[in-house]
Amino acid sequence: MSLLRIDRLSISSASAAPDARPLVDELYLSLEAGARLGLIGESGSGKSLTSLAITGLLPSGLAGSGSITLNGVEVIGADERVLQPLRGPVASIVFQEPLTALDPLMRVGRQVAGPIRRHRGLRGGALDTAVRAALDEVALPDLDRMLRAYPHEISGGQRQRVAIAIALASRPALLIADEPTTALDVTVQAEVLALLNRLVAEREMALLFISHDLAVVSSMVDEVVVLSNGVAVERGPVARVLSAPEHEYTRRLVASARALDNALEAL
Amino acid sequence: MTAVTPSDATQHVSPRLKGRRRSRTLAIGIAFVGLIVAVALVSLVWLPYEPSDTSGGRLESPSWEHWIGTDKFGRDLLTQLMIGARIAITVGCGAVAVGATIGITIGLVAAFAKPWLDDTISATLDVLIAFPVLLLAMLIVAAQGASLGTAILAIGIALSAVVARLTRILASQVLRAQYVTAARTSGTRWFGIVGQHVLPNIWPTLGVNLALLFGAAVLAEASLSYLGLGAPPPNASWGRMLQEAQATFTTAPAGAIAPGIALVILVVGVNFIADGLRDLADPTRKRSR
Repeated sequence: MSLLRIDRLSISSASAAPDARPLVDELYLSLEAGARLGLIGESGSGKSLTSLAITGLLPSGLAGSGSITLNGVEVIGADERVLQPLRGPVASIVFQEPLTALDPLMRVGRQVAGPIRRHRGLRGGALDTAVRAALDEVALPDLDRMLRAYPHEISGGQRQRVAIAIALASRPALLIADEPTTALDVTVQAEVLALLNRLVAEREMALLFISHDLAVVSSMVDEVVVLSNGVAVERGPVARVLSAPEHEYTRRLVASARALDNALEAL
Repeated sequence: MTAVTPSDATQHVSPRLKGRRRSRTLAIGIAFVGLIVAVALVSLVWLPYEPSDTSGGRLESPSWEHWIGTDKFGRDLLTQLMIGARIAITVGCGAVAVGATIGITIGLVAAFAKPWLDDTISATLDVLIAFPVLLLAMLIVAAQGASLGTAILAIGIALSAVVARLTRILASQVLRAQYVTAARTSGTRWFGIVGQHVLPNIWPTLGVNLALLFGAAVLAEASLSYLGLGAPPPNASWGRMLQEAQATFTTAPAGAIAPGIALVILVVGVNFIADGLRDLADPTRKRSR
């Protein structure tokens, strides 16, 4: 049984005309426990909607059809009671912009403590210890300050590490990373990617890595699916897709990444 | 939302200047309200005269025996003013508590509800808000009979529509925020979302507005009493003092001026506190102080 299996997933706006093109169109993919898959595409191609659909959290006004099974449970059309146990222990998401993904008025320590208390049932001193360990695991410095800090008081890279600690706190089998380094500057990006790489390997988690950045994706995953306007246009091992793209869209994506590289080298 | 980046707050005024001005507003507000609260507390243990004591001369001018004079029945005005402070604060706190409890509950239900229920609640609230607060309160008092409890309940219910609408707007903004989606992906249930994310994030704005509504409640109580629909004697009320002194204003103005000044001090003080609280309640602004 696959950990995640998406079959003919379509997502469309409830208010759109019946013949309008769906935002995600008949997507299928599957992910075994411990495997890594990249979802590539430009903004608006339906990547983030797919990740929200997996946890049953599509924004109101959008409806999914087809099938998503997470750990053997059907997500599409499922009741909150069915979805609740999946969120956290089975799948967790790290979002693109950590400043908006963290509650601005809650101290970092409490935000990390929430999922640890819920999913591991820890209280009191044991909870404090687990929170420190969770922040330590994502290599945050100066833990005493971090625990009491509000999100606006720490740096962007530190915020994303906190978000990763929160996502991992429930010990998920599948980590969905939705453009986790796009909002960060390049040096911090490399550190956060290395951190994700290490944690995913150590915990033998499955990883669904969503990005528009080919270089970043190729360093994180083994297989990729290329999305364009909600349609999966190409899929395969990452090395093959990037070295010999078959679809026109992928070719353009690779070419523009190369052009940028060359331009940078020429400087 | 109220979450502003530090640069927002510092754009026009230097942070130190702004901080000092804010804290001065807060200090004046606390002094004003503190004065009235102190008078109300003193009235619990000591009054210059018994409230029903009519031994003074009628409509006396301020003197050593009667600091702000007496009314047309010969009762001491300072005694009534002190009891009035107690009534004003009791009704203000009670009405805000009633209004906040009912209003926040309805507002949260609307924010979480399916669109059709949300629309129904919102339309009902709009009608209630369009209805004058005083008229609504008068209807309730007319049905229940005038008493301190009725005044609190009536004003509280009238305020609850305003609180509910504000809560609904603020809460649905928070519910759309990505940190709520993030919290839900990590398995937070809906009551956790309300307690940990929605209430703390709407509190800076909601709390300030509740403080402002306290002022509105005090004025509404004075108006009800002025119309003879407030707490009956021996509860003295500033509104009823104003009404009783109205006919003799030209010959004995103290009876109207004193409760008027007391009302202004309390309401202005509360509004100043509300202004100052806005910054205290929001840690993302604190840094710019």
